[in-house]
Amino acid sequence: MTDLAQLVPYGEALSRYEPVIGLETHVELGTATKMFCGCPTTFGLEPNSAVCPVCLGLPGSLPVANRAAIEFTIRIGLALNCSIASWCRFARKNYFYPDMPKDFQISQYDEPLCTDGWLDVEVDGRAFRVGIERVHLEEDTGKSLHMGGATGRIHGADYSLVDYNRAGIPLVEVVTKPVAGTGVLAPEAARAYVTELRDLLRCLGVSDVRMEEGSLRCDVNTSLAPRDAADWGTRTETKNVNSLRSVERAVRFEIARQAAVLDAGQKVVQETRHFHEDSGSTTGGRSKEEAQDYRYFPEPDLVPVAPARDWVEQIRASLPELPAARRARLQADWGLSGAEMTHLSNAGAVDLVSATVEAGASPAEARKWWLGELARRANESGAELSQLAITPAHVARVSVMVRAGTLNDQLARQVLEGVLAGEGDPDAVAEARGLAIVSDEGALAEAVDAAIAANPDVAAKVRDGKTAAAGALVGAVMKATRGRADAARARELILERLS
Amino acid sequence: MAVMSITRAEVAHLARLSRLALTDAELDHFAGQLDQIIGAVARVQEVAAEGIPPMTHAVPVVNVLRDDVVAGCLTPEQALSGAPATEQGRFRVPRILAED
Repeated sequence: MTDLAQLVPYGEALSRYEPVIGLETHVELGTATKMFCGCPTTFGLEPNSAVCPVCLGLPGSLPVANRAAIEFTIRIGLALNCSIASWCRFARKNYFYPDMPKDFQISQYDEPLCTDGWLDVEVDGRAFRVGIERVHLEEDTGKSLHMGGATGRIHGADYSLVDYNRAGIPLVEVVTKPVAGTGVLAPEAARAYVTELRDLLRCLGVSDVRMEEGSLRCDVNTSLAPRDAADWGTRTETKNVNSLRSVERAVRFEIARQAAVLDAGQKVVQETRHFHEDSGSTTGGRSKEEAQDYRYFPEPDLVPVAPARDWVEQIRASLPELPAARRARLQADWGLSGAEMTHLSNAGAVDLVSATVEAGASPAEARKWWLGELARRANESGAELSQLAITPAHVARVSVMVRAGTLNDQLARQVLEGVLAGEGDPDAVAEARGLAIVSDEGALAEAVDAAIAANPDVAAKVRDGKTAAAGALVGAVMKATRGRADAARARELILERLS
Repeated sequence: MAVMSITRAEVAHLARLSRLALTDAELDHFAGQLDQIIGAVARVQEVAAEGIPPMTHAVPVVNVLRDDVVAGCLTPEQALSGAPATEQGRFRVPRILAED
């Protein structure tokens, strides 16, 4: 049931069915070394160059847990309002894929390090509290290239090539409780949760949270039940949803697909589904293993972890100001409405505006450039604001130049364009491109006289008292000076001469 | 002691998870063997009395942790030296999933 033509339109699906979503987010921790051995976690190394007997599962090797990874996991748990276990163990999760050379992954099963917390998110002015079921620590798997198939996917491949550099990198899994009651906002709520979690993790300094490099990955659970049903529906788990936009699309697609299945009187199959970035659709994969199929048992090669209470309190005391608290403070400092702050946050501009203000711009100036011209340019190139080749210091400098009267808005946009094109800092661009307001009265007067002489009809109208017509003359002055005139001063001069 | 019985269906399920192709005769054979093994291990339940907490280690040690400091790795040549097949500096493994 993946034929796109058979989907139920989203709005219609939501009029009859109620969605419940859940998210499992995997985060590669930013430790220097792997979870159970001293191999580096650096991204992009030569294949199989960051491996050792432990992470290759060679006979006789023994794992030893990384203290920093445990501390990072406790940081995450505390920031998500979780309880921290006073004693817990790692477990072996047995399965037969070659992405783990041991034929098992060391994970946590019934004794996660952190349990029962929450994260508040906001969608369209509505607040949702997303319950956190658990935060546990495990090891990442190796990376496979599937060869010989038409699609590069595991299905249809002739054989696979495995690089174990990633195998054993500490991986934290954050699992939400089922999120009900979001209704039509379910896709946006899913995205808002992942965005908030990403910002939180970045703020905690525990991961570089780069979705495009796979250091933050999402599995999205979706189920649908008739609006009057007492029970929730059967859920599917959509794997490898690797951008914020895809999180939203995956939920939206699954709602439309499951509605079609239910409308046809069929049952939703509990299964793992794959998300396709190009079409925004999901397709069925293997039917999901039951937990017992993994034959979990306590990892005999590791001793239990029992974080001392004073260590946990020490970590709690060292938590930085978290994004939600920071946003509330900045919103008050900058005098913004809730909606304005949400807009800023959704645009990924809070840090950028904050840094721009620190570099000397006013909050209004900083917001204006980041949400205006720069947002437009980021949008055009499909990039995030933070990926633009311009720094908050550059934007602050441009703001100061406008305030000082050296640039007007139009010239400022040209300066920003130059900076983005790699022509240098704002001062260098302004000088190289000759972008500065003509402050020389004589030169301006000359341009004004020329404009009047070239447009006698317009000038006559202005003389007759139709001062609105002066706009055309100001335009001529601006054109003649390639936008470098101070338009207000030019208008004054025109009206002086024609009064 | 609780009566245990490993069925052929359970052995077939385990075989599928382990990617093992077993004949009907083998399924019967292993079901009987596994039944004996489980039965032997299950005798522990007769001993485990109430009030004795389950344990995973003979010694009550916790928090054996290492500092987050990079240690030596193998070279790619060393890492791949025992592999039956390699390609592009990677371990080459047979097809993982059948086409379905």
